[in-house]
Amino acid sequence: MLDIIFGIFIVSGIIFSIITGNNNMSNIILASGTDTLETIIKLFPLLALWLGIMNIAESSGLLNYLTKLLNPILKLLFKNIPKDSKALEYISSNMVMTMFGLGNAATPFGLKAMKELKNISKSDKASDDMITFMILNTTGFTLIPTTVLSLRTTSSNPSIIIPICILVSILSLLLGIIINLIMRRINK
Amino acid sequence: MILSILVLVIILYGLYKHIDIYNKFIEGSKESYKMILNLFPTLLGMMLSINILVKSGLLDYIFNLIKIKFLPNEIIPLMILRPISGSSTLSILSNIINSNGPDSYVSVLASIMQGSTDTTIYILTVYFGSVGIKKIRYALYNGLLADIGAFIISIIAVNLFYRLLF
Repeated sequence: MLDIIFGIFIVSGIIFSIITGNNNMSNIILASGTDTLETIIKLFPLLALWLGIMNIAESSGLLNYLTKLLNPILKLLFKNIPKDSKALEYISSNMVMTMFGLGNAATPFGLKAMKELKNISKSDKASDDMITFMILNTTGFTLIPTTVLSLRTTSSNPSIIIPICILVSILSLLLGIIINLIMRRINK
Repeated sequence: MILSILVLVIILYGLYKHIDIYNKFIEGSKESYKMILNLFPTLLGMMLSINILVKSGLLDYIFNLIKIKFLPNEIIPLMILRPISGSSTLSILSNIINSNGPDSYVSVLASIMQGSTDTTIYILTVYFGSVGIKKIRYALYNGLLADIGAFIISIIAVNLFYRLLF
């Protein structure tokens, strides 16, 4: 599916720019490498930092402790993960970090979780657990939407949207999980 | 502040458990190499296609043609671009707030939509890309459906609460 999207975006974009006589397209194509590098340059150091710190948390048993808090809920969603796997630790850490708006710290945990899930599934295809975990991430549940708040500074009451935001986030998280459970059944 | 306390707790607990923290740090940190190696080409492919699409002006052209009755016009590009590109969406939101004031119906609706969703395609690419997974099965459909659901919930919620709060 991503293949098709990839193809359609490129073909339609370039054809449109030819039709409209947009001379900038070649530059845009050439600049995509440096654009990506900018993102990687921001991500790589954070990744290296947090993976290091997180390894300490993992080795000391701290993550294990944290997982026990979120365990009841996670066990419902992730029935197939064996008990001794570290995947649940990483998933709970990722979720806790996301909730507190520490997206930069959350991502490395998330990537480690994916790695563990891949070790469990031993396959090149996305496993059901991976997809469920992805949905938990893409529904983006944060208690404090910092980026949106930063744009609302001119308002007389910038943080008034926070309760609505949290409400909508929780509902869309639940909706995402429901859709996921249905699609899991369909795709067996 | 929360961040520094978090780091403090982790280091203290590691010392308490007599973990060789420096070596464990390095060991963990090295795992980033392989992840970034897997990630760069995958991300490049995605950014290439998205940049071509967005910067060609094709989407702006299409958005001018689409109008939905009960939604403000400016929301439509935001909804369509939200799963695709976080930075484009942020600039759209910024424009909406600057043109309409932060407390107008449009701005509040746009803010809620932005705050309750995330950049689905980017997240899928980074997470699956970092472990070299190429077949994502129904992950994209699931993600996009969840985003659409979030938008619908946002519209309902803002319609219910806007007059109460503003």
